[in-house]
Amino acid sequence: MSYITIDRDKCKACYLCVNECPKKLIKISKTKNSLGNNIVEFCDEKGECLGCAMCAMRCPDLAIEEVYKG
Amino acid sequence: MAEQVFKIPDSIKKNAKFSYCPGCDHGVATRLVAEVIDELGIREKTILAASVGCSVTLYDFLEIDSLEAPHGRAMAEATGIKRACPDKFVFTYQGDGDFASIGLAESMHAALRGENISAICINNTTYGMTGGQLGPTTIMGQKTTTSPTGRNREYYGYPIKIAEHIALCDGTAYSARVSLDTVANIRKAKQAIKKAFEVQLKGLGFGFVEILSTCPTNWKMTPDKAHERVRNEMMPVFKLGVYKDITAEG
Repeated sequence: MSYITIDRDKCKACYLCVNECPKKLIKISKTKNSLGNNIVEFCDEKGECLGCAMCAMRCPDLAIEEVYKG
Repeated sequence: MAEQVFKIPDSIKKNAKFSYCPGCDHGVATRLVAEVIDELGIREKTILAASVGCSVTLYDFLEIDSLEAPHGRAMAEATGIKRACPDKFVFTYQGDGDFASIGLAESMHAALRGENISAICINNTTYGMTGGQLGPTTIMGQKTTTSPTGRNREYYGYPIKIAEHIALCDGTAYSARVSLDTVANIRKAKQAIKKAFEVQLKGLGFGFVEILSTCPTNWKMTPDKAHERVRNEMMPVFKLGVYKDITAEG
């Protein structure tokens, strides 16, 4: 099963990853981080993540730290 | 068992948090540079000549040795470092204002001399850090804080096409222009950075990559809209491509 890990305190809420994900698995959360930003969260209840790493390639702040493909 | 297909490069400092604005492509470019340094295995012998601009604190993000240069003089400083320590890998990471306006003489003459160094230039068509003034690469018609009615020929003249000019210098081994507007272009940008670094490692001369980047804050756009502007307004003026590659010429 593929998945990503997010460092919530690095997220600056640019939301580039939200549009980049081909499966639309990254959502804008109501939770705020230490910067006061509404962070993104990875929601993959059906195990649809491809492990393509396009979100991590797109993230300008290295908030998406790791991508695993399985 | 899941295989790790992405991680933060080892050449990025642990727990580094970029100081770039939200959605700015600088962060992607910085990561690509770190990835290439990792892949080439040159971290221990790399020295950065840091510039002035949005990337002024790059030495806080990269786990390499760095020296800060006065505004525009990164290329002169890099020349000195490389000549004093020819076994080191030396590169600069500059904005378009630093590289092509304030530092144009240093940059152009480093290429003309064929200094065996590499340079990354981030072109976002404005002076980002100081508030979005007209820069050397501001495109015709673009409104900035110092060209409120848009850039025109009569008052401001034309933008400079850096990659083409650097390619005309005899000492240049590699010159290319890339973009970070899509993941596909991000992958191509990484290959270009690697090539610009490799020509130095092979002692072939000056390696240069101009990276079309966004400045959502000063363009007053969302990060996604800023990427659309790169595609629709910048790319027709600053065409992507490899303008010189002496390793490909026979």
